[in-house]
Amino acid sequence: MYRDIYLRNVYEQIISIIDENSRVLDLGCGDGELLNLLWEKKKVYGLGIDISTDEVLKCIKKGVSVIQEDIDEGLDKIKDDSYDYVILSETLQAVKRPDYVLKQIVRIGKMAIVTFPNFASINLRIKFFFTGKMPKSSALPFEWYNTPNIHLLTIKDFKEFCKKNEIKIIKEIYFSGNGKKINIFFKTENLFADEALFVLQRINVSNNKNINQSV
Amino acid sequence: MNKTDNNSVGIVTPQFFTFAEPPNEMILDSGQKLGPITLCYETYGQLNKKKNNAILILHALSGSAHVAGYHSPDDESPGWWDIMVGPGKAMDTNKYFVICSNIIGSCYGSTGPSSTNPATGKPYGLDFPVITIHDMVRAQKKLLDYLGISKLVTVIGGSMGGMQALDWCLQFPDVPESAIIIASCAEQSAQEIAFDAVGRNTIITDLDWENGNYYGKNKKLTGLAIARMIAHITYLSEEGMDKKFGRKLQYSNKSYTYRILNTEKDPNRDDFENKFEREFAVESYLAHQGKKFVDRFDANSYLYITKAMDYFDVAEKYGGGSLVKALKKVEAEMLLVSFTSDWLYSTSQAKTIVEALRINNKDVSYLEIKSQYGHDAFLLEKRSLTENKILSQAIKNFLSHAKIE
Repeated sequence: MYRDIYLRNVYEQIISIIDENSRVLDLGCGDGELLNLLWEKKKVYGLGIDISTDEVLKCIKKGVSVIQEDIDEGLDKIKDDSYDYVILSETLQAVKRPDYVLKQIVRIGKMAIVTFPNFASINLRIKFFFTGKMPKSSALPFEWYNTPNIHLLTIKDFKEFCKKNEIKIIKEIYFSGNGKKINIFFKTENLFADEALFVLQRINVSNNKNINQSV
Repeated sequence: MNKTDNNSVGIVTPQFFTFAEPPNEMILDSGQKLGPITLCYETYGQLNKKKNNAILILHALSGSAHVAGYHSPDDESPGWWDIMVGPGKAMDTNKYFVICSNIIGSCYGSTGPSSTNPATGKPYGLDFPVITIHDMVRAQKKLLDYLGISKLVTVIGGSMGGMQALDWCLQFPDVPESAIIIASCAEQSAQEIAFDAVGRNTIITDLDWENGNYYGKNKKLTGLAIARMIAHITYLSEEGMDKKFGRKLQYSNKSYTYRILNTEKDPNRDDFENKFEREFAVESYLAHQGKKFVDRFDANSYLYITKAMDYFDVAEKYGGGSLVKALKKVEAEMLLVSFTSDWLYSTSQAKTIVEALRINNKDVSYLEIKSQYGHDAFLLEKRSLTENKILSQAIKNFLSHAKIE
């Protein structure tokens, strides 16, 4: 339940960023709830990709278009700037090749929206420090042995990666553990944010010769 | 008839619709005329007042219009997709009016090479014109017109049924609101054509086939049996066959090494039979499948229908060679389903369709079901199998947002 409230708050922020009638690809779309909300509120043309049969069946029930596929494999075939937004929500830490996926989403999307739990947050640091065990939170509710989150990362790691790979951060939003938006002062997000949302663009995006190629 | 199944549609009666009476014969893709044409069809459930609750099921190569229920109380087994059609089932007959018609070219009540040619008074045989998947669909459209149905909730089919479903979305794009295409393709691949070609060759080199004029001669066409045996292998998978048969022997618990060392020669059999009789369980199974098929299917129909499948190429027909261009016409919401171990109509063939639809911004969903049963996975009879549970849930979920009153 706690996780539902947390996700709803994060979704709300994503929805507020996305323009009406845009084309949205949601990677690791889960049960399709975000795409469903985006359809209701922004009338987007949405498509989800997820690897789990259970989640795909839930999407189909909601009338959300979904393709059952491994996002670690199938993104190459999608042409540059095919989508207005590519969303990677609570998924980055669970993919096998985060570097590949990040480079792909800024290529196939004119913009990309990424959210992930910050593994360097003070809450997790304290838990780790005092218990000496893998820390858990509403964003990271799993045990070490059954977690799908195989590539946990921090905000600092992420920013470093973007810089190195010519990915521009257009917008950043930070959340507390219950998904509430928080204001950050003196660049302390890596310590105080439990969750981060980034809007990204590849740096050479002005080179738009490939735009609309997919049509 | 299984009296314990409360979700059966019960006893059903095949119906017949005849059209294209001369001089208004149907013009086929080949330019040739065919008529009169009779379609054998079955329906389940009730057509509502607005006539907008109809589902059209398209059958595969050797299928018939008999999808669900029983023809008589003595029938041992129900129609070929009984687990999917009935009250409360994936295609709920309390809600939908479900139709299936036997394709033209077949031998289950619709006009085909075994039907009487009005020009000669004898079976058509090879005088029957070449037909295509598009011709089959055009004939089905005539049936819908006759039933007064202009919109379909969905068109659904597996294998060759999926080809027809896809063709429905292109030939009559405003009729189906949605389509469910299972274990199928947008074009018959070289491998599929190759297997069909071998099958056709075994039929036409069978001396009893007599250039297609075997009707009324009480011949057992071994060529057709072998064609079916080959095809049957392509419907299974290595893993599935291994689990079902392995290296088991049919009539003995002893190993084959024992049998070679202790050949107990049967004096009533010749040397060939003693050495090469069907030993392995899989051999015996295939032989049984072949024999059964000869009893129920027409060899000429097999030739015509496999040829129609081989001609199927949506990109060429509707897109000047481009599948993306061809699928631009699609208006229906699409669901594609494939099975991981299906090597006849592989997952990559389904994904090609999905990708072309995605590029066209169409509403498309794709489900890949894990299975060891190969191409046959969409026709498994046991309801409790995971494949059936997932497929039936997917169909149910997909249909749940159809607007019908």
